[in-house]
Amino acid sequence: MLERPIAGALALAAVLCPSAALAATPEDIARGYAEQAKQAASQFSGFSGARGKAFFESRHGGEWSCASCHTVNPVDPGRHAKTGKPIAPLAPAGDAERFTRLDKVEKWFRRNCSDVLDRACTAQEKGDILAYLMALSQGARR
Amino acid sequence: MNARRRSTVQLRSRVAKAVAFAAVAGILLSPGAIAGGHKLAAATNAAWKSECGSCHVAYPPGLLPAASWRAIMAGLDRHFGNDATIDAATGAAIEAFLVANAGRDRSKPPTAEPILRITETRGFRHEHDDVAPATFESPAVKSAANCGACHLNADSGRFSEREIRIPPSQP
Repeated sequence: MLERPIAGALALAAVLCPSAALAATPEDIARGYAEQAKQAASQFSGFSGARGKAFFESRHGGEWSCASCHTVNPVDPGRHAKTGKPIAPLAPAGDAERFTRLDKVEKWFRRNCSDVLDRACTAQEKGDILAYLMALSQGARR
Repeated sequence: MNARRRSTVQLRSRVAKAVAFAAVAGILLSPGAIAGGHKLAAATNAAWKSECGSCHVAYPPGLLPAASWRAIMAGLDRHFGNDATIDAATGAAIEAFLVANAGRDRSKPPTAEPILRITETRGFRHEHDDVAPATFESPAVKSAANCGACHLNADSGRFSEREIRIPPSQP
Protein backbone atom coordinates (compact mmCIF):
# COMPACT_ATOMS: atom_id res chain seq x y z
CA MET A 1 0.00 0.00 0.00
CA LEU A 2 2.94 2.28 0.66
CA GLU A 3 4.61 1.94 -2.75
CA ARG A 4 1.76 3.45 -4.77
CA PRO A 5 1.74 6.87 -3.04
CA ILE A 6 5.53 7.05 -3.31
CA ALA A 7 5.39 6.29 -7.03
CA GLY A 8 2.68 8.90 -7.37
CA ALA A 9 4.76 11.46 -5.51
CA LEU A 10 7.77 10.72 -7.73
CA ALA A 11 5.66 11.09 -10.85
CA LEU A 12 4.25 14.35 -9.50
CA ALA A 13 7.75 15.62 -8.72
CA ALA A 14 8.78 14.79 -12.28
CA VAL A 15 5.79 16.74 -13.58
CA LEU A 16 6.44 19.74 -11.36
CA CYS A 17 10.21 19.88 -11.61
CA PRO A 18 11.12 22.05 -14.60
CA SER A 19 14.46 20.35 -15.22
CA ALA A 20 12.67 17.00 -15.59
CA ALA A 21 9.94 18.59 -17.67
CA LEU A 22 12.29 20.28 -20.11
CA ALA A 23 14.29 18.62 -22.85
CA ALA A 24 12.58 15.24 -22.82
CA THR A 25 12.11 13.09 -25.91
CA PRO A 26 8.93 11.21 -26.81
CA GLU A 27 10.87 8.01 -25.97
CA ASP A 28 11.66 9.35 -22.46
CA ILE A 29 8.02 10.15 -21.89
CA ALA A 30 6.88 6.74 -23.17
CA ARG A 31 9.40 5.06 -20.80
CA GLY A 32 7.89 7.00 -17.90
CA TYR A 33 4.42 5.75 -18.78
CA ALA A 34 5.77 2.19 -19.09
CA GLU A 35 7.10 2.45 -15.52
CA GLN A 36 3.74 3.68 -14.28
CA ALA A 37 1.84 1.01 -16.23
CA LYS A 38 4.05 -1.72 -14.70
CA GLN A 39 3.29 -0.39 -11.22
CA ALA A 40 -0.43 -0.37 -12.00
CA ALA A 41 -0.58 -3.89 -13.50
CA SER A 42 2.04 -6.60 -13.04
CA GLN A 43 0.91 -8.28 -16.30
CA PHE A 44 1.82 -5.15 -18.32
CA SER A 45 3.14 -6.31 -21.68
CA GLY A 46 4.14 -3.11 -23.45
CA PHE A 47 2.34 -0.52 -25.56
CA SER A 48 0.51 -1.10 -28.82
CA GLY A 49 0.24 1.47 -31.60
CA ALA A 50 -2.76 -0.39 -33.06
CA ARG A 51 -4.58 -0.18 -29.71
CA GLY A 52 -3.56 3.48 -29.46
CA LYS A 53 -5.00 4.23 -32.90
CA ALA A 54 -8.32 2.54 -32.07
CA PHE A 55 -8.46 4.47 -28.78
CA PHE A 56 -7.57 7.72 -30.56
CA GLU A 57 -10.40 7.36 -33.06
CA SER A 58 -13.10 6.12 -30.67
CA ARG A 59 -15.67 8.49 -29.16
CA HIS A 60 -15.85 6.37 -26.01
CA GLY A 61 -19.60 6.92 -25.81
CA GLY A 62 -19.29 10.70 -25.81
CA GLU A 63 -19.42 13.49 -28.34
CA TRP A 64 -15.74 13.74 -29.26
CA SER A 65 -12.79 11.51 -30.04
CA CYS A 66 -9.14 12.60 -29.94
CA ALA A 67 -9.40 12.70 -33.74
CA SER A 68 -12.26 15.24 -33.60
CA CYS A 69 -9.62 17.93 -33.09
CA HIS A 70 -6.37 16.16 -34.06
CA THR A 71 -7.81 14.44 -37.18
CA VAL A 72 -7.35 10.79 -38.21
CA ASN A 73 -4.02 11.84 -39.77
CA PRO A 74 -2.29 13.41 -36.76
CA VAL A 75 0.77 14.25 -38.87
CA ASP A 76 -1.47 16.97 -40.33
CA PRO A 77 -2.66 20.10 -38.51
CA GLY A 78 -6.00 19.86 -36.71
CA ARG A 79 -8.75 22.27 -35.70
CA HIS A 80 -10.47 22.71 -32.36
CA ALA A 81 -13.87 21.03 -32.81
CA LYS A 82 -15.67 23.84 -31.03
CA THR A 83 -13.76 27.06 -31.68
CA GLY A 84 -12.20 26.21 -35.06
CA LYS A 85 -8.77 27.37 -33.83
CA PRO A 86 -5.94 25.70 -35.80
CA ILE A 87 -3.98 23.08 -33.85
CA ALA A 88 -0.40 22.12 -34.77
CA PRO A 89 0.08 18.47 -35.82
CA LEU A 90 0.08 16.12 -32.83
CA ALA A 91 2.46 13.46 -34.13
CA PRO A 92 6.17 14.20 -33.64
CA ALA A 93 6.66 13.68 -37.38
CA GLY A 94 4.43 16.70 -37.99
CA ASP A 95 5.74 18.89 -35.16
CA ALA A 96 9.09 18.12 -33.55
CA GLU A 97 8.11 19.93 -30.32
CA ARG A 98 5.38 17.42 -29.55
CA PHE A 99 5.98 15.17 -26.51
CA THR A 100 9.16 16.95 -25.47
CA ARG A 101 7.85 18.46 -22.22
CA LEU A 102 6.29 16.19 -19.66
CA ASP A 103 4.41 19.00 -17.91
CA LYS A 104 2.74 20.00 -21.16
CA VAL A 105 1.98 16.40 -22.11
CA GLU A 106 0.38 15.75 -18.71
CA LYS A 107 -1.62 18.98 -18.86
CA TRP A 108 -3.19 18.08 -22.17
CA PHE A 109 -3.82 14.42 -21.30
CA ARG A 110 -5.55 15.65 -18.13
CA ARG A 111 -7.77 18.11 -19.99
CA ASN A 112 -8.48 16.12 -23.11
CA CYS A 113 -9.12 12.75 -21.44
CA SER A 114 -11.57 14.60 -19.21
CA ASP A 115 -13.32 16.06 -22.28
CA VAL A 116 -13.36 12.89 -24.37
CA LEU A 117 -13.75 10.13 -21.74
CA ASP A 118 -14.97 12.07 -18.70
CA ARG A 119 -12.20 10.44 -16.69
CA ALA A 120 -8.39 10.39 -16.50
CA CYS A 121 -6.49 8.19 -18.96
CA THR A 122 -4.39 5.36 -17.58
CA ALA A 123 -0.65 5.12 -18.17
CA GLN A 124 -1.38 2.16 -20.46
CA GLU A 125 -3.72 4.29 -22.59
CA LYS A 126 -1.31 7.22 -22.74
CA GLY A 127 1.52 4.93 -23.76
CA ASP A 128 -0.58 3.25 -26.45
CA ILE A 129 -1.46 6.67 -27.91
CA LEU A 130 2.19 7.67 -27.82
CA ALA A 131 3.20 4.41 -29.55
CA TYR A 132 0.66 5.14 -32.28
CA LEU A 133 1.76 8.76 -32.77
CA MET A 134 5.49 8.03 -32.64
CA ALA A 135 5.16 5.39 -35.37
CA LEU A 136 3.56 7.83 -37.81
CA SER A 137 5.83 9.34 -40.43
CA GLN A 138 5.37 12.35 -42.67
CA GLY A 139 4.87 10.35 -45.88
CA ALA A 140 2.74 7.50 -44.56
CA ARG A 141 -0.88 8.65 -44.67
CA ARG A 142 -3.85 6.46 -45.04
CA MET B 1 -30.95 41.31 -50.13
CA ASN B 2 -28.02 39.49 -51.68
CA ALA B 3 -24.73 38.97 -49.88
CA ARG B 4 -22.81 41.67 -51.74
CA ARG B 5 -25.55 44.23 -51.18
CA ARG B 6 -25.69 43.32 -47.53
CA SER B 7 -21.97 43.76 -47.06
CA THR B 8 -22.12 47.14 -48.82
CA VAL B 9 -24.83 48.22 -46.40
CA GLN B 10 -22.79 46.84 -43.51
CA LEU B 11 -19.75 48.72 -44.77
CA ARG B 12 -21.71 51.99 -45.00
CA SER B 13 -23.04 51.48 -41.53
CA ARG B 14 -19.50 50.75 -40.33
CA VAL B 15 -18.12 53.91 -41.95
CA ALA B 16 -20.90 55.96 -40.36
CA LYS B 17 -20.16 54.39 -37.00
CA ALA B 18 -16.45 55.01 -37.39
CA VAL B 19 -17.06 58.70 -38.10
CA ALA B 20 -19.43 58.99 -35.16
CA PHE B 21 -16.92 57.14 -33.04
CA ALA B 22 -14.10 59.48 -34.02
CA ALA B 23 -16.30 62.48 -33.20
CA VAL B 24 -17.02 61.38 -29.65
CA ALA B 25 -13.88 59.41 -28.91
CA GLY B 26 -11.99 62.37 -27.53
CA ILE B 27 -14.75 62.99 -24.99
CA LEU B 28 -15.53 59.43 -23.98
CA LEU B 29 -12.20 57.64 -24.08
CA SER B 30 -10.62 57.04 -20.75
CA PRO B 31 -7.53 54.89 -20.13
CA GLY B 32 -8.44 51.22 -20.11
CA ALA B 33 -11.94 51.75 -21.50
CA ILE B 34 -13.20 49.26 -24.09
CA ALA B 35 -14.21 52.04 -26.50
CA GLY B 36 -14.66 50.13 -29.71
CA GLY B 37 -11.76 47.79 -29.20
CA HIS B 38 -9.11 50.35 -30.09
CA LYS B 39 -7.38 50.14 -26.74
CA LEU B 40 -7.36 46.39 -26.38
CA ALA B 41 -3.90 45.67 -27.74
CA ALA B 42 -2.02 47.46 -24.97
CA ALA B 43 -1.96 44.81 -22.24
CA THR B 44 -0.13 41.54 -22.82
CA ASN B 45 1.27 38.69 -20.76
CA ALA B 46 3.13 35.60 -21.94
CA ALA B 47 1.21 33.05 -19.81
CA TRP B 48 -2.15 34.56 -20.77
CA LYS B 49 -1.22 34.57 -24.45
CA SER B 50 -0.04 30.96 -24.59
CA GLU B 51 -2.48 29.36 -22.12
CA CYS B 52 -5.69 31.19 -23.05
CA GLY B 53 -4.67 31.27 -26.69
CA SER B 54 -4.23 27.51 -27.14
CA CYS B 55 -7.89 26.79 -27.85
CA HIS B 56 -9.29 30.19 -28.79
CA VAL B 57 -8.24 33.78 -29.34
CA ALA B 58 -6.63 35.06 -26.14
CA TYR B 59 -9.54 37.39 -25.41
CA PRO B 60 -8.23 40.81 -24.32
CA PRO B 61 -8.78 41.42 -20.59
CA GLY B 62 -10.54 44.74 -21.28
CA LEU B 63 -13.51 42.87 -22.77
CA LEU B 64 -14.85 41.74 -19.38
CA PRO B 65 -14.97 43.28 -15.91
CA ALA B 66 -12.81 41.94 -13.07
CA ALA B 67 -15.64 39.98 -11.41
CA SER B 68 -16.20 38.08 -14.67
CA TRP B 69 -12.53 37.12 -15.00
CA ARG B 70 -12.46 35.92 -11.38
CA ALA B 71 -15.52 33.76 -12.00
CA ILE B 72 -14.05 32.34 -15.22
CA MET B 73 -10.72 31.50 -13.58
CA ALA B 74 -12.58 29.83 -10.69
CA GLY B 75 -14.44 27.54 -13.10
CA LEU B 76 -11.77 26.28 -15.49
CA ASP B 77 -12.68 22.65 -14.76
CA ARG B 78 -15.92 23.30 -16.67
CA HIS B 79 -14.86 26.05 -19.06
CA PHE B 80 -17.81 26.39 -21.47
CA GLY B 81 -18.07 22.60 -21.50
CA ASN B 82 -14.33 21.83 -21.61
CA ASP B 83 -11.68 21.02 -19.05
CA ALA B 84 -9.23 23.93 -19.11
CA THR B 85 -7.62 23.32 -15.70
CA ILE B 86 -4.21 24.80 -15.13
CA ASP B 87 -1.59 24.61 -12.38
CA ALA B 88 -2.30 26.94 -9.47
CA ALA B 89 0.71 29.25 -9.92
CA THR B 90 0.10 29.90 -13.62
CA GLY B 91 -3.64 30.30 -13.01
CA ALA B 92 -3.04 32.89 -10.28
CA ALA B 93 -0.61 34.85 -12.48
CA ILE B 94 -3.07 34.90 -15.38
CA GLU B 95 -5.95 35.94 -13.12
CA ALA B 96 -3.87 38.81 -11.69
CA PHE B 97 -3.12 40.00 -15.23
CA LEU B 98 -6.77 39.77 -16.31
CA VAL B 99 -8.05 41.58 -13.23
CA ALA B 100 -5.42 44.33 -13.45
CA ASN B 101 -6.40 45.05 -17.06
CA ALA B 102 -10.12 44.30 -16.85
CA GLY B 103 -12.78 46.53 -18.36
CA ARG B 104 -15.51 48.40 -16.53
CA ASP B 105 -18.81 46.70 -15.73
CA ARG B 106 -21.19 48.48 -18.08
CA SER B 107 -24.22 46.25 -17.55
CA LYS B 108 -27.41 48.21 -16.85
CA PRO B 109 -28.99 47.26 -14.60
CA PRO B 110 -26.01 45.54 -12.94
CA THR B 111 -26.26 41.76 -13.31
CA ALA B 112 -26.65 39.68 -10.15
CA GLU B 113 -24.04 37.19 -11.42
CA PRO B 114 -20.96 38.21 -13.41
CA ILE B 115 -21.34 37.87 -17.18
CA LEU B 116 -19.14 34.99 -18.40
CA ARG B 117 -19.58 35.46 -22.13
CA ILE B 118 -18.04 38.48 -23.85
CA THR B 119 -20.81 38.20 -26.46
CA GLU B 120 -23.37 39.04 -23.76
CA THR B 121 -21.73 42.30 -22.71
CA ARG B 122 -23.23 45.64 -23.71
CA GLY B 123 -19.97 46.62 -25.38
CA PHE B 124 -19.93 43.56 -27.64
CA ARG B 125 -23.62 43.82 -28.54
CA HIS B 126 -23.28 47.51 -29.34
CA GLU B 127 -20.26 46.97 -31.60
CA HIS B 128 -21.90 44.06 -33.44
CA ASP B 129 -25.51 45.26 -33.73
CA ASP B 130 -25.06 45.61 -37.50
CA VAL B 131 -23.86 42.02 -38.01
CA ALA B 132 -26.60 39.62 -39.14
CA PRO B 133 -27.14 36.44 -37.05
CA ALA B 134 -26.60 34.43 -40.26
CA THR B 135 -23.08 35.85 -40.50
CA PHE B 136 -22.20 34.58 -37.03
CA GLU B 137 -23.68 31.17 -37.83
CA SER B 138 -22.04 30.76 -41.25
CA PRO B 139 -19.59 27.84 -41.62
CA ALA B 140 -16.61 30.19 -41.91
CA VAL B 141 -17.44 31.90 -38.60
CA LYS B 142 -19.20 29.17 -36.57
CA SER B 143 -19.80 31.37 -33.54
CA ALA B 144 -19.64 34.95 -32.35
CA ALA B 145 -16.80 33.83 -30.07
CA ASN B 146 -14.57 33.28 -33.12
CA CYS B 147 -13.16 36.82 -33.28
CA GLY B 148 -10.47 35.87 -35.78
CA ALA B 149 -13.00 34.87 -38.44
CA CYS B 150 -13.60 38.56 -39.22
CA HIS B 151 -11.05 40.50 -37.15
CA LEU B 152 -7.93 39.71 -39.16
CA ASN B 153 -5.52 40.67 -36.37
CA ALA B 154 -7.50 39.46 -33.36
CA ASP B 155 -4.54 37.29 -32.36
CA SER B 156 -2.51 40.47 -31.92
CA GLY B 157 -5.31 42.14 -29.98
CA ARG B 158 -6.15 44.49 -32.84
CA PHE B 159 -9.86 44.99 -33.50
CA SER B 160 -10.01 48.24 -35.46
CA GLU B 161 -12.67 48.77 -38.12
CA ARG B 162 -10.01 48.82 -40.84
CA GLU B 163 -8.90 45.30 -39.96
CA ILE B 164 -12.24 43.55 -40.54
CA ARG B 165 -13.14 41.22 -43.41
CA ILE B 166 -16.49 39.49 -43.03
CA PRO B 167 -16.44 36.14 -44.86
CA PRO B 168 -19.40 35.58 -47.20
CA SER B 169 -22.30 33.74 -45.52
CA GLN B 170 -22.75 31.48 -48.56
CA PRO B 171 -19.50 29.83 -49.65
